[in-house]
Amino acid sequence: MKVSMKRFASVTSAAALGLWSIVMSSNVWAGYQLNLDVPVTEVGRRAYDLHNEITLICLIIFVVVFGVLAYSMVAHRKSKGHKAADFHEHLGIEIAWTIIPSIILVLIAIPSTRTLIEMKDTSEPAITVKVTGYQWKWGYDYLKGEGEGIKFLSVLATPKDQIHNKAEKSANYMMEVDNPLVVPVNAKIRILATANDVIHAWAVPAFAVKQDAVPGFIRDTWFKADKEGTYHGQCSELCGKDHGYMPIVVKVVSAAEYTSWVDEQKKKAASNVDDPNKVWAMDEAMARGEKVYNAACASCHGANGQGVPGAFPALDGSKIAKLAKNKAAHIDIVLHGKPGTAMAAFGAQLSDTDIATVITYERNAWGNKTGDMVQPADIKAAR
Amino acid sequence: MAHDHAIGGHAGHDEHEHHGPPSGIMRWITTTNHKDIGSMYLWFSFIMFLVGGAMALVIRAELFQPGLQIVSPDFFNQMITLHALIMVFGAIMPAFVGFSNWMIPLQIGCADMAFARMNNWSFWILPVASGLLILSMFVPGGAAGTGWTLYPPLSIQMGMGMDFAIFGIHLLGMSSIMGGINIITTILNMRAPGMTLMKMPMFCWTWLITAFLLIASMPVLAGAVTMLLTDRHFGTTFFNAAGGGDPVLFQHIFWFFGHPEVYIIALPAFGVISQVIPAFSRKPIFGYASMVYAIAAIAIISFFVWAHHMYVTGIPLTGQLYFMYATMIIAVPTGVKVFNWVATMWRGSLSFETPMLFAIGFLFLFTLGGFSGLVLAITAVDILLQETYYVIAHFHYVMVAGALFSAYAGAYYWLPKWTGYMYDETLGKWHFWLSLIFFNMTFFVQHFLGLAGMPRRVPDYALQFTEFNMISSIGAFGLGVSQLLFLYIVLKARKGGKKVDAQVWDGAQGLEWTVPSPAPYHTFETPPVFEGGKH
Repeated sequence: MKVSMKRFASVTSAAALGLWSIVMSSNVWAGYQLNLDVPVTEVGRRAYDLHNEITLICLIIFVVVFGVLAYSMVAHRKSKGHKAADFHEHLGIEIAWTIIPSIILVLIAIPSTRTLIEMKDTSEPAITVKVTGYQWKWGYDYLKGEGEGIKFLSVLATPKDQIHNKAEKSANYMMEVDNPLVVPVNAKIRILATANDVIHAWAVPAFAVKQDAVPGFIRDTWFKADKEGTYHGQCSELCGKDHGYMPIVVKVVSAAEYTSWVDEQKKKAASNVDDPNKVWAMDEAMARGEKVYNAACASCHGANGQGVPGAFPALDGSKIAKLAKNKAAHIDIVLHGKPGTAMAAFGAQLSDTDIATVITYERNAWGNKTGDMVQPADIKAAR
Repeated sequence: MAHDHAIGGHAGHDEHEHHGPPSGIMRWITTTNHKDIGSMYLWFSFIMFLVGGAMALVIRAELFQPGLQIVSPDFFNQMITLHALIMVFGAIMPAFVGFSNWMIPLQIGCADMAFARMNNWSFWILPVASGLLILSMFVPGGAAGTGWTLYPPLSIQMGMGMDFAIFGIHLLGMSSIMGGINIITTILNMRAPGMTLMKMPMFCWTWLITAFLLIASMPVLAGAVTMLLTDRHFGTTFFNAAGGGDPVLFQHIFWFFGHPEVYIIALPAFGVISQVIPAFSRKPIFGYASMVYAIAAIAIISFFVWAHHMYVTGIPLTGQLYFMYATMIIAVPTGVKVFNWVATMWRGSLSFETPMLFAIGFLFLFTLGGFSGLVLAITAVDILLQETYYVIAHFHYVMVAGALFSAYAGAYYWLPKWTGYMYDETLGKWHFWLSLIFFNMTFFVQHFLGLAGMPRRVPDYALQFTEFNMISSIGAFGLGVSQLLFLYIVLKARKGGKKVDAQVWDGAQGLEWTVPSPAPYHTFETPPVFEGGKH
């Protein structure tokens, strides 16, 4: 609350100074960003310049037109005894104010067209990454180029306590993920965007990239960042409950760093492979299952399996999770989802081991003491 | 014009049965009188404006600080959806239909609307439809949390609140189409002798064209939501790729309705402004003919620009280029209108009563909204700004500063004609200045939020956006509270005040100023002879 009071004070004092004086002191007020960030791609900087130029043109026209209006409002007042003139048309001026704006528009259209054509040229990429939008996380799949075969999910890393105001918010509140997308600097990265459930949009302002991810279709876009650093974006198409909580983080690194990152990922992938034939003990399965549950299921079904009444069903005490005869149905709904609802088909997202352990967890956590065990082999058979 | 008489005959018939309005609640339920129906539209729209406004305040209260404080993300999404649907379909559109009901018969000199009984239906469908929308908050799962754009597949996932919204939209569409047919028939057939189309008041022109837009675009929306309904319940897959459909198809259909919808709201607003500015400039409107052509041009072009709402969906380069050029063209006729209004004021004899203040406020802020629209039209720039707060700022400049300010200009302009009493001018000016200041405090800063990258439709945001969000929220509460002042002013003017005569404003032109104030229950039972305006 202390922080918010300080912010409140700064807001009121700023309001007192007047909004327009903020324009003058924008460097002092770090929070008061007044224009786009300068993008770190060549095409992005062109779009940025375009925005500034068009805004300037608009401002000039605005000042001219409303300058005339302001003069009229002062000089042609009835209270000053001004008598109304009786003109109501003038062909010359009417043609002029149709033609001149048209010419200005053509002048704006030329650079706009050029920039757009460049933006759409996704040919000859160095690396191609498939981006999949899930409710509510991003999946990255390196399809081609250095790092081919790497795939991972990228989820919000901000703790729930910060969101619910129980802990101090960190500097990167809401803009941090567990696994950022990593790409090399000065390389053309082609993004293939798609989605698993509803429409999402993958957007990073610093690259001037925003592309809807439409389920069942693949759309592409690209960027070539020329400055190393960490860049942030957010899902930019309303995708349900946690739309606000699926940020995008991209780390642009040097070619050498990228190579070592790729090696590291490959090693990690090799050591992380679960033995699909392993038979899990209850304790082990419950521990692993809880982790999977918190990452994949808790945002809808709740950390304690209570769900959200009316919107997302509870698992604690649900027929599917509690009754022994419904074990197969439980596996089926996790693997294949429930069409027409937000329940996704996790078969495509999670490994057999993850699915087996999370179902075991759901069938034994809270009040669901079924004692049922589900093994990776069961999942493999059910796929 | 014997034909006119036949259509207007109903009102003549009424006269023999009763000489004044019947009393009690049944007067309002059964009324076919255009003035009663106009008043009901206006009161209804104001109530919905307060309901939608309260929802906006829930949104702004949650966004006052980062983090979740007041509502859950789920409820937040329901609020943004209902706020938009109620404001667009429950507040702004009915407000201008209310003006049209009251003023079109008075302006063209006829006794009532052409289809008086259908007019009653057009109104009474509205409370039912809005009731469905509001009720949807209380069904299991709550209201649709999809935003007013209702994009599938998200809208397929929703609970039964979505079905309530779909049926509500069906009903609203029926109401609008009936209203549109009524207005077109009235204007084309029932004008006073001597009033040719090109001598009609500009407000009637804007409504004539708007009515065509309504009839052409509302069925498209009805089709889109019906396809949603069958996708949800009857196994069709119009919008599901797995069944051979395409989610983006919905967006094309929706915006084919959605863009003309913008002008359904904006054109009557232009009409009101075109009445008010000449009256307080004491000078005929500049370029009447070019004004009419500009309105018609805007209306026609509005059907060919829909995909500028969809630049980031992945439409091909040629599509993006076409929609960019087509959208830029709209700036030309819109510019013509602004220049005409400025030229009307130029060398007039200006006075600044409340209607004129709101009209000038409209001119100023609507132009700003037009400029941000031009910025958004440029595809390469829009990629940076699409789905950010810049878009929110843009369309609130057009919808609030455009439509709402114009509705206030019209309300203050015609209120003395309706009540017979002058409203409180000092309070009216307070209402204007408070609205102007708080409106800009709320929405101007949202341009900066959008430029800095804050997405729209999020209940929470990164710390860098805090300051502007606080300013915006404070402004929103100020703006909301200021509107209660208007309610007080209207109630006060109904009760009494300085009596006004038929010609309320010395510079006002038109047949509505030839009938007494307050306008009697029945007017123009025999058509007046129109002497011809100054056009």
